[in-house]
Amino acid sequence: MAALLEVKGLKAFYGQTQAIYDVGFEIPDGGITTLLGANGAGKTTTLRAICNMVRTEGTVRFAGKDLVGMPTEEIVRLRIAHVPEGRGTFTSLTVDENLRIAAYTRKDKAGVKDELDRVFSYFPRLKERVQQQAGTLSGGEQQMLAIARALMLKPRLMLLDEPSFGLAPLIVVEIFRIMKRINEEEKVSMLLVEQNAALALDLASHAYLLETGKVVMSGPALVVKNDENVRKSYLGY
Amino acid sequence: MPRFPRKWLIVLIVLAVVIPLLRPVLPDTVSDYRLFLVSTMMIAAIAVLGLNLLTGFNGQISLGHGAFYAVGAYTAAILMDQANMPYWATLPAAAVVCFIVGYLFGLPALKLEGHYLALATFALALAVPQILKYKWLEGLTGGVQGIVLSKPEVPFGLPLTEDQWLYYYCFVVLVFLYWAAHNILNSRSGRAMMAIRDYHIAADTMGIDTALYKTVTFGISAAYTGIAGALSASAIAFVAPDSFNIFLSIKFLIGLVVGGIGSLTGSIVGGIFYVLVDNSAQALSTFAKNDLGLQFDLSAYTVFGILLIVLMFLMPTGIVGGIYALWRSLHRGPAIVDPHAAPAPAKSASQPATERSH
Amino acid sequence: MEQFLQQLASGLANGAIYACVALALVMIYVSTDHLNFAQGEMAMFSTYISWQLMSWGLSFWTAFIAAVLISFVLGVLIERVILRPLHNAPVLSVVVVFIGLLAICNSMAGAIWSYLIKEYPSPFPKSSFGIAGVIGPHQLGVVLVTLIVLGLLFTFFRYTPLGLAMRAAAQNPSMARLVGVRVDWMLALGWGLAAAVGAVAGIMVAHIVYLDPNMMGGILLYAFASALVGGIGNPGGAVIGGFIVGVLENMVAFAGNQIEKATGVYIIGNGEKLTVALIIVIFVLTVKPAGLFGRVVVKRV
Repeated sequence: MAALLEVKGLKAFYGQTQAIYDVGFEIPDGGITTLLGANGAGKTTTLRAICNMVRTEGTVRFAGKDLVGMPTEEIVRLRIAHVPEGRGTFTSLTVDENLRIAAYTRKDKAGVKDELDRVFSYFPRLKERVQQQAGTLSGGEQQMLAIARALMLKPRLMLLDEPSFGLAPLIVVEIFRIMKRINEEEKVSMLLVEQNAALALDLASHAYLLETGKVVMSGPALVVKNDENVRKSYLGY
Repeated sequence: MPRFPRKWLIVLIVLAVVIPLLRPVLPDTVSDYRLFLVSTMMIAAIAVLGLNLLTGFNGQISLGHGAFYAVGAYTAAILMDQANMPYWATLPAAAVVCFIVGYLFGLPALKLEGHYLALATFALALAVPQILKYKWLEGLTGGVQGIVLSKPEVPFGLPLTEDQWLYYYCFVVLVFLYWAAHNILNSRSGRAMMAIRDYHIAADTMGIDTALYKTVTFGISAAYTGIAGALSASAIAFVAPDSFNIFLSIKFLIGLVVGGIGSLTGSIVGGIFYVLVDNSAQALSTFAKNDLGLQFDLSAYTVFGILLIVLMFLMPTGIVGGIYALWRSLHRGPAIVDPHAAPAPAKSASQPATERSH
Repeated sequence: MEQFLQQLASGLANGAIYACVALALVMIYVSTDHLNFAQGEMAMFSTYISWQLMSWGLSFWTAFIAAVLISFVLGVLIERVILRPLHNAPVLSVVVVFIGLLAICNSMAGAIWSYLIKEYPSPFPKSSFGIAGVIGPHQLGVVLVTLIVLGLLFTFFRYTPLGLAMRAAAQNPSMARLVGVRVDWMLALGWGLAAAVGAVAGIMVAHIVYLDPNMMGGILLYAFASALVGGIGNPGGAVIGGFIVGVLENMVAFAGNQIEKATGVYIIGNGEKLTVALIIVIFVLTVKPAGLFGRVVVKRV
């Protein structure tokens, strides 16, 4: 299976400070891959680097196209959706407007309505709140909105940065279930960054472990899950 | 920037003192008109120096220093006209009045930063001519007509013309004020002022009484520019409200930016520069029409405007900063850190990728 | 009573002008965090362009539309060429550039069209427009045109995809990029629209204050006051602020006139308008910086 996303020798900098040193991995087309690691390991930075939100060096290839140096909005237009840390919803806009803005880049304006219906079928809760200001939604609903908005971009690849952060366990389970459905039914590949290793390893098919800006382990999720060190450091048993 | 070599400074001062005395010998080169022009340049330098203390060294943007210049000028004019005060006594009087006005403006200004302070001072500058024409002040200010004064008399029967005397008068004041500024900036207070400019939030936590320094600096800065105004009242022998409009403040800004933000020498250069361009406007315009084939007048302010924009791109540290950079690239030696050196412009803190609360 | 109504009407007409310029200021502020000190001079320059077009034979409304379109393009160009490269520069640099723009616009207008005050026509027919004794034809026209322009803008921002994209870009530029919005172009468009709205204001007011390079200075100050009163980050607030300040300005002058008539003592009148604006600006900035409808921005340290 050809890799959808290829990353090699990735380095990223916040100003003068280097945050990741040599990250490399591949995302197969159609699967869910997870990036694990402790706080500060460089997971969020990696996602930002893929979208060129920070100064990046190295190779990032998406469906054959080289992404390093491309403006963020052009990368997004290649059908990569990034759901950032903290959800990133436009809090002063309504749910409806948040979704429509993602349809802005589409050529077929007529298809937007169908798209909205499809998205609401995954997130019925959002449909109930469609005219509500996004800032007044609960944390879980905002996370759903962020993923729904990403879905409106009709992405081939979705980058998710800690979707479980700050949410109640029941909501997290529900969201992860929806994510699995999206991956299977919409054929959206996913790169999932998570601190909650257990959840992530249950969902994903492949896993990479980051420590201080470098990849230290990789493999199928099951293998990584059963690894002695991972169990001790990240899974707590 | 390497310390201005001592001997150069002495040579400059000697030349400045001696050259005007050559007027009888070279009446066309050292003419009364030229001496007067140089006097206005020195006055301009003092005004820009005042602005630089506040904006260049303390980081508080002022688009309204014309207001303090006006207060100084009118203070001097009123004292000379109504109280028969001798012209040299109006300087300390104007300094005191302007210090108080500046300090008082500095108090609410403590809450304002960047664009907002610029706006407040911009508003002040726009309103000044109207304030000066206010009916209830007419008794003092002479309203729209202004006040007519007389140029400083040559004292002690010295064999000098009025313009020569004016020149020396302005020169002494300039040297004194420059020396005073140099001392302030090289002291602990000066470093505190600059710390507030560069590390605003940290300065507070380092124990610097930011509020005190900012308001006092406002006062001192206003006093400097006010002294310049008072000098100009004597020099031009006339004050009228409409000459203290927004464009005066723009001229100071030009002097500040062209000379060098945060550079004392730059203030002198800047003051000389804007007077030069202002006076050459006519010649510039003729040149543009005849030699460049422009259809219309090229006023000084078009040149100023273009310069302001171009400088922000090419030489944000002004002429002095540019020369410093040139010197460094030529000499490549270790540069001695000096408050006269134009600082690297502080980059605005990077915006976090969060929502703005509007 | 009649005089009071006339002053009120005049205040509303002035307020309409302030509302437009204030809106332009707020549009630029919301998207770039900058205060455009050159807004007034840009509007004045646009008005001169329309005057020139009319002197070349175009009708009022044709010249109006053409001048507004030209101003839009110039606004976009200014943002792309001059301001874009400075988007990380310190505040002082940006303020200096705005002042430079101010100086260039002002002196070029004076150079090209001279400083002689010119009359500027009003397109609103004297006979059929206006309500006698209350509001004059031009004043009524100004208010109507302003309301139409504001209505168009509101519709644009609220109901069109491009308007939505511009709002998103202003609110959260990095997130807007993540949904594919070309934020840089949104900023340029914002500038273009602001320049266009400013042009409308300038053309509308020229008949009242006569056309001369310095005509917009006081208006700009009042527009800043309006924007501050309404809440500097709030476009709707800017419009309301404009009308409030316009009426307030006239009421103060009116009150002053009445006092002078009654007691012979002159306290305040038309000659103090800029001072009043200054007081409003300082007052709002120091006492209630969020204005009526804005929110105080807490700076993250």
